Amino acid sequence: MTELAMIPPGLVLIAAGLLLPLFNAQIRAAIIVVAPLIALALVWNMPDGPVLTMNWLGYELTPVTGDNLSRMFGTVFAIMALIGGIFALNQARVVELASAFVYAGSAIGVVFAGDLITVFIFWELMAIGSTLVIMSNGDEAFGPGMRYAVIHFFGGVVLMAGIAGEIATTGSIAFQPMQTDSVFRWLILFGFVINTGAPPLHPWLPDAYPKSSWSGMVFLSAFTTKTAVYTLIRGFPGAEVLIWVGLFMIFYGLIYALNENDTRRKLAYSIINQVGFMVCAVGIGNEIALNGAAAHAFVHIIYKALLLMSAGSVLYMTGISKFTQLGGLFRSMPMTTICCIIGALSISAAPFTSGFPAKSLIANGAAEAHMTLVWFLLTGAVAGVYIVAIKLPWFIFFQKDSGLRPAEPPLSMRLAMYAASALCIGFGIFPGALYSMLPVATDYNPYTGGHLVSQFQLLLAGTIVFFALLKWLKRTETISLDVDWFWRGFGKLLAREFDVRTGIAWQGLASNVSNMVQRFVKTIYKHHGPEGMLARTWPTGLMAFWTTVLLAATLILAYV
Amino acid sequence: MADDKKLPADHDHWLVRESTIRNLWILLIAVFVLSIAAETVWHPHPHFSLDAIFGFGAWFGLLSGFALVVVTKSWAIFVKRKDTYYD
Repeated sequence: MTELAMIPPGLVLIAAGLLLPLFNAQIRAAIIVVAPLIALALVWNMPDGPVLTMNWLGYELTPVTGDNLSRMFGTVFAIMALIGGIFALNQARVVELASAFVYAGSAIGVVFAGDLITVFIFWELMAIGSTLVIMSNGDEAFGPGMRYAVIHFFGGVVLMAGIAGEIATTGSIAFQPMQTDSVFRWLILFGFVINTGAPPLHPWLPDAYPKSSWSGMVFLSAFTTKTAVYTLIRGFPGAEVLIWVGLFMIFYGLIYALNENDTRRKLAYSIINQVGFMVCAVGIGNEIALNGAAAHAFVHIIYKALLLMSAGSVLYMTGISKFTQLGGLFRSMPMTTICCIIGALSISAAPFTSGFPAKSLIANGAAEAHMTLVWFLLTGAVAGVYIVAIKLPWFIFFQKDSGLRPAEPPLSMRLAMYAASALCIGFGIFPGALYSMLPVATDYNPYTGGHLVSQFQLLLAGTIVFFALLKWLKRTETISLDVDWFWRGFGKLLAREFDVRTGIAWQGLASNVSNMVQRFVKTIYKHHGPEGMLARTWPTGLMAFWTTVLLAATLILAYV
Repeated sequence: MADDKKLPADHDHWLVRESTIRNLWILLIAVFVLSIAAETVWHPHPHFSLDAIFGFGAWFGLLSGFALVVVTKSWAIFVKRKDTYYD
């Protein structure tokens, strides 16, 4: 067992990802199912403390170390690789699956990393893997994939600068809780926060994720933002700035998700909203809130994947992802409809679904810390999340009859959705299973009569507001400009203007040079051309005359 | 891949009939009122003073939900563009 624990679980998935392109579909399917199960077994067998150390350039690296927090994130990442892999079995682009497994393995690598250098290595591997997942969806995904890569590699540079400074000033490479008391630690925090999708450096998320394939976004939603949440829990618990960053993310995500017409772009904004709860919880920083951040990340990965799988199934079967073109699909896709509703209830923290025991911890953390404003904003956001959450099943599966009658997706896709649905309900009914994995043991019970009554009131109020204001919420074929307008819109205009101005200047310069060259050529031609004075054939008499003049001059000079 | 076919819109499914929608509205309001009434039996544990007011979840949920929709619609006035904007 000790030898087994020495095998980094993340490397199993990375190796599987690299092997996938070498095999045919049947063997690939077997690898997709078996590799995450092996990784899961290794995660569960991971003991506490460092299990693997090595020397590298004079640094004592700890590539694998275990504790409850690492095992919790490792567990859900391995589960997600399995569910996402099964959902993607029909995906013809092997590059996507291979990259997704490298990406998932790298995420597991981060959560078991015991030092900042290992964190950074796997962090960058994640950026490469996720970029390839996006770009593997063809030409249309290339631009968004490049924009995604630019922000993530910028984040990597910031993180590297912070880590280098931290090591230089403290001499330690250990990845442990830090105070925001030096510029290098702020850089590390900033590097982590970029990956949470916090505005204004968030556009990589709603810009690039929806451009991935119907299966790609299921993987993308799971790893990057949640690994960032893990690093914040591990590295910056109680950093107060995160409370306000998180709250901003919550409401920013809500507003944009509610305005959105694309099913998967809406879910991308919803990721920002949900990760906001986790970031806020890390900022609150007490035990119950940190437990809440970890629990919320765990359940969020599953219910967000479920929502994306239902939206992905609709995209797969119809080729459509706009709310305005969908509607009434419950008639021919009843099981997908039910799965989507389960996901929507879970994200809304409806009792008896997985979101309820997780989000309750966060609100309770704020209450215990006597953060009145934070608690009220978090509670208000719950009703808001519900309104945004209903939007997805309502506009895809009900709303109006679009006339579309797509069949249910293939069996493998349905199985993945059923598995995620079962986990959403299972963790909701048996919160003990979720709480048993928490970083700190808790005896918190979310199912008290008063708490249930209050939560049902909030959710029913949200339902009434949604249906009462349905006319206001009707979708149109529009987008909402976001911060990326500065480089996709304004930046483009600026570049075009620069192009025009430099074009004029260049033309002026080129014509000046051309004129000078022409004048030079003309002068040469004038003197040396066929009619030029220096190129003329001179008469012999003239030559004799000048020779005589020169000789006479020489004679005179000789006598002078 | 897609075996969907455009069919004439049908409004006959029981779930989309007007009578069903009316009944669902009645049910929703009834359950909402019941959830408020249930507070007389199961008291939520208030953390602050405002959430000790009767039916807090209900009125706060209505208020915050309404506020979210209003803010969202207002913000849309400034940032909404045709979805071909970047094409």
